Amino acid sequence: MTRTDTPPAGAPAPGDTGLPDATGHYNKFGGRYVPEALVAALDQLDREFEAARADDAFWRELDGLRVNYAGRPTPLTPAEKFSRLCGNATVLLKREDLNHTGSHKINNVLGQALLARRMGKTRLIAETGAGQHGVATATAAALLGMECRVYMGLVDTRRQALNVARMQLLGAEVVAVESGSQTLKDAMNEAMREWVATVDDTHYLIGTVAGPHPFPKIVKHFQRVISSEIAEQCRQCYGRLPDAVVACVGGGSNAMGSFADFIDAPGVELYGMEAAGDGVETGRHASSITGGSVGVLHGMRTYVLQDEDGQTLESHSISAGLDYPGVGPEHAWLAATGRAKYEPVDDAEAMEAFKLLTRTEGIMPAIESAHALAGAIRLGRRWQRERPAWHPLIVVTVSGRGDKDVDTAVRYFGLTGQPDRCVGKVEVGGAA
Amino acid sequence: MSGFQTGFSSQAFQVAAAQGRTALVGYLPVGYPDVPRSLEALAALCGGPDDPGVDLVEVGLPYSDPMMDGPVIQAAGTLALERGVRTKDVFTAVEAVRAAGKPAVVMTYWNLVDRYGVKAFARDLAAAGGAGLITPDLIPDEAGDWLEASDEHGLDRIFLVAPSSSDERIVSTVAACRGWVYATAVMGVTGTRAESAPAAPALVARIRRLCPNALVGVGLGISNGRQAAEVAAFADAAIVGSAFLKPLLAVDGGDFARGLADLAAVRRDLAQGVRTAG
Repeated sequence: MTRTDTPPAGAPAPGDTGLPDATGHYNKFGGRYVPEALVAALDQLDREFEAARADDAFWRELDGLRVNYAGRPTPLTPAEKFSRLCGNATVLLKREDLNHTGSHKINNVLGQALLARRMGKTRLIAETGAGQHGVATATAAALLGMECRVYMGLVDTRRQALNVARMQLLGAEVVAVESGSQTLKDAMNEAMREWVATVDDTHYLIGTVAGPHPFPKIVKHFQRVISSEIAEQCRQCYGRLPDAVVACVGGGSNAMGSFADFIDAPGVELYGMEAAGDGVETGRHASSITGGSVGVLHGMRTYVLQDEDGQTLESHSISAGLDYPGVGPEHAWLAATGRAKYEPVDDAEAMEAFKLLTRTEGIMPAIESAHALAGAIRLGRRWQRERPAWHPLIVVTVSGRGDKDVDTAVRYFGLTGQPDRCVGKVEVGGAA
Repeated sequence: MSGFQTGFSSQAFQVAAAQGRTALVGYLPVGYPDVPRSLEALAALCGGPDDPGVDLVEVGLPYSDPMMDGPVIQAAGTLALERGVRTKDVFTAVEAVRAAGKPAVVMTYWNLVDRYGVKAFARDLAAAGGAGLITPDLIPDEAGDWLEASDEHGLDRIFLVAPSSSDERIVSTVAACRGWVYATAVMGVTGTRAESAPAAPALVARIRRLCPNALVGVGLGISNGRQAAEVAAFADAAIVGSAFLKPLLAVDGGDFARGLADLAAVRRDLAQGVRTAG
């Protein structure tokens, strides 16, 4: 397989809904709530993206990187023992954890970095929360010989010191953001602010399907390879499309990539699992669709966690990658139309699923992805109750690997890092 | 024909022009250092008899995610929010400015207006005596509800143009404005700068060529009387924010009276600057 992007250049892709419209709206969601100073840059980005989209040479280069650098296509692993926990369902794991740098983030980063180079830009800037997108961006910058600066909330730099060091080893400059709540949303504000001033030579490489038009469209397009591969792999191995695709949703890039080709395939149910933290009812959560309301944040109209006045509320989740008080506008639209369903998964459910997958399959998922796995368990059991004779096929996207989360897991499960027992020590001496 | 409309806040520009000078627009956020004292600070911007103040006050309403604000304004806004400022307080602040004898416009981010209700916000702003609204993250393309509500309540709508704006966008944005147009002098966020921005005169010249009857305020980067005088040479108004906040932030938690006195000194220097231009 040399070409992982199935649609021919310029042709409408499967799942093409005709949205966003020319002004970047998914019905009432999306758009551009940005300073005028950014409009020219966003227009240029949209023009260049559309030109690249129709350019075979661009896709040949990107496909080459996907195959020979990132390691695509990623496997679709049947999870036989894990499936037994999911009613009558057969669960297939889309293994984005096996990508270079350990998550789906590289799909978007390689595409946007090539786009930036095509636009003649020599610098990349990015925001990052846990550091996964920052590491992926620093990786692409190293590969393509571009300068890189990553904005990260001061609180997050302390929580994720290892990823700060990884970015620095890759040659990126890491800037800690001390304004506001000093987390991901503030890192996005700061990156956007810098971009207003440096747009001539700099591309803002946004990490998810959020932000002002055309970012949600572009990131979806670079992530849709996940669903294109799922469709092909399912047809090859099972002769049909899956009955459901389940993915976790923070900003929503791995979920949008997993859903993209199936949006116009009504037989495939789409489930997005939001991080419910301590529980949506406690107010300490990151479930923007389930527990938020429609507003404007980071340049887009979407579901937002906000107070009565419209001030952004802090989100809470054990998973840093889902800890974001907004969600991509196309998810908002899919939720509003009912095409995709969004459900909350709290910290406890996610950590249980984290443990279960690790023990049953020997695959340690990112805690983000564990939310999707918990959703699959819930869905499989619900379908077993509703239709006991049915044996559905459920694809779960494992968006990343869990190595980065070992510290969190150690604390959560009360492990000590001490060995279970010792052997080999011989007592010598001591006789009278 | 640019389609530019004058409005209530244009009068501040016209009064200054009648005196042969550029107008001075001053920004301070409601709620900093707290709501009652922010009203005193806003009054201090207005000056008094024989003590020239700003010609138009820009009342900021703090937002948790202020994309266009530099570190000084964001720091004050964050503190104001921690100290409990609410959206409705902006109307009290507008009333205080009107009581001090100056016209007032509000500057804030769109989600706060959206959440309050665009129609309700326009109604309450007009009732407080406000002249209009500056919208740093709302471009005319997304402003359908606001165009309607501002027409209904006779409010000015001040959109931004930037050095990167195309000629086409300058024309369409100015046509959507009422009152005046806000020219962002530098590509970047608010904040004082040692040097004034080279892009500003070129941008204003472009607006004048494309839209000859538009009133143009220049902001982002003006910190002293000398820079105000430079801007006065080519723009209809000089807009100053961070420079007024710095003296207040310097005494945060301490001697507010001294902060007010220092603020008044900055305001006098700037008011002098726009009066000695050319």
